[in-house]
Amino acid sequence: MKPLSAPDIARRAARDIVNGAYVNLGIGMPMLVADYIPPGREFVLHSENGLLGMGPAPAAEAADPDLINAGKQPVTILPGGAYFHHADSFAMIRGGHIDISILGAYQVAANGDIANWALPGPKPPAVGGAMDLVAGAKQVWAMLSAHVAKDGAHKLVRRCTLPLTGLACVHRIYSDLAVIDVTPEGFLVTDMVEGLSEARLQAATGAPLRFAPGCRRLRAEAA
Amino acid sequence: MIDKRFASLADAVADCPDLRDGATLLIGGFGDAGVPERLIDAIRDLGLRDLTVVSNNAGSGDYGLATLLEAGCVGKMVCSFPRSAGSIVFEDLYAAGKIDLEIVPQGTLAERIRAGGAGIPAFYTPTGYGTPLGAGKETREFDGRHYVMERAIRADIALIHASAGDRWGNLTYAKTARNFNPIMAMAASTTLAEVRQLVDMVDPEAVVTPGIFVKRIVEVGP
Repeated sequence: MKPLSAPDIARRAARDIVNGAYVNLGIGMPMLVADYIPPGREFVLHSENGLLGMGPAPAAEAADPDLINAGKQPVTILPGGAYFHHADSFAMIRGGHIDISILGAYQVAANGDIANWALPGPKPPAVGGAMDLVAGAKQVWAMLSAHVAKDGAHKLVRRCTLPLTGLACVHRIYSDLAVIDVTPEGFLVTDMVEGLSEARLQAATGAPLRFAPGCRRLRAEAA
Repeated sequence: MIDKRFASLADAVADCPDLRDGATLLIGGFGDAGVPERLIDAIRDLGLRDLTVVSNNAGSGDYGLATLLEAGCVGKMVCSFPRSAGSIVFEDLYAAGKIDLEIVPQGTLAERIRAGGAGIPAFYTPTGYGTPLGAGKETREFDGRHYVMERAIRADIALIHASAGDRWGNLTYAKTARNFNPIMAMAASTTLAEVRQLVDMVDPEAVVTPGIFVKRIVEVGP
């Protein structure tokens, strides 16, 4: 059994985004989704610092300090894009105009609660736009580079124990082992990595799993 | 004749109404884009104390907002994301207990400022309901969904960075350097704008911040 790489997870998530969707990609791994837009599809990427139509990173010499993404990295703007101020940007989010928000997470609970902004420790807390995104986007997808934390703790749980970002808001989870829908009855596995047994996936998950009829198999591809 | 232009940064911050110890300042910018760094430097040089600064981030490196923090001018930060690559000055002050911090979700921060500028004292948002950042706040249910009441933010001073402006105070911005600047310009008693270029007149169709919101404007170059 070979877990998916981050690009594999991003490619899998990108397949589920319909043509014409307005999508906000969180800082970190979710940003990779922009590199795997299937041929023939057009998504409009929203960056909460005031940009629709976000394009790929420019060559280093073409970087413009006035044109950055929410992770403060240089980006470009695609034809059809627009700039706007922060209140308009979050009106797009809070007003339900963003179709999909894809974020990283420390924990996701079987009822759709998510914790992704605060860990115990001396560092000052920082939330950014995460609470607005999970409260406002029509669909919230959590992306996990690893199904289980490095210390073996479950990330998919019955109840989050870390400070919450939002309540009952996650619709789907993409991890290195599976794609899981969050349903009123809890976690429903729709895809899992080939060579992985249902029992092993359940053991790696801190809440009961159900398996969809015709559950698809995922294969690691990207180098 | 209306003329809001000042010849220098020092002139722009001299005898400025509402700029005093203990004042609340809105400071534009997101990361390093659209930060009014030259106005920040001019205000730091005034040696004010116990300022409350509202800004999305808490500075990085040894420039911009970080210099105002390092100079000991700021008693409290209100922001959404104080941790950045290089936010050393803030993190040291925070660890030493020398600065207060209020964390606000970014969209709630933007709307609190927008509301402040628009004369709306408070509003309800779903953001933060049921989380530590919504704890202790008044809540209300509308149409089966829960909301948190958030208060508007009004400040004494706003510091704005814009790409171009004219003598009436009309402003335009560059790309994502716009960010919080237009809403902050609306929410302070006295708004000061630094512009890369003063022009005879900003095209009325292109004005993003109408001059009614701006009291003082100074050209700082590219």
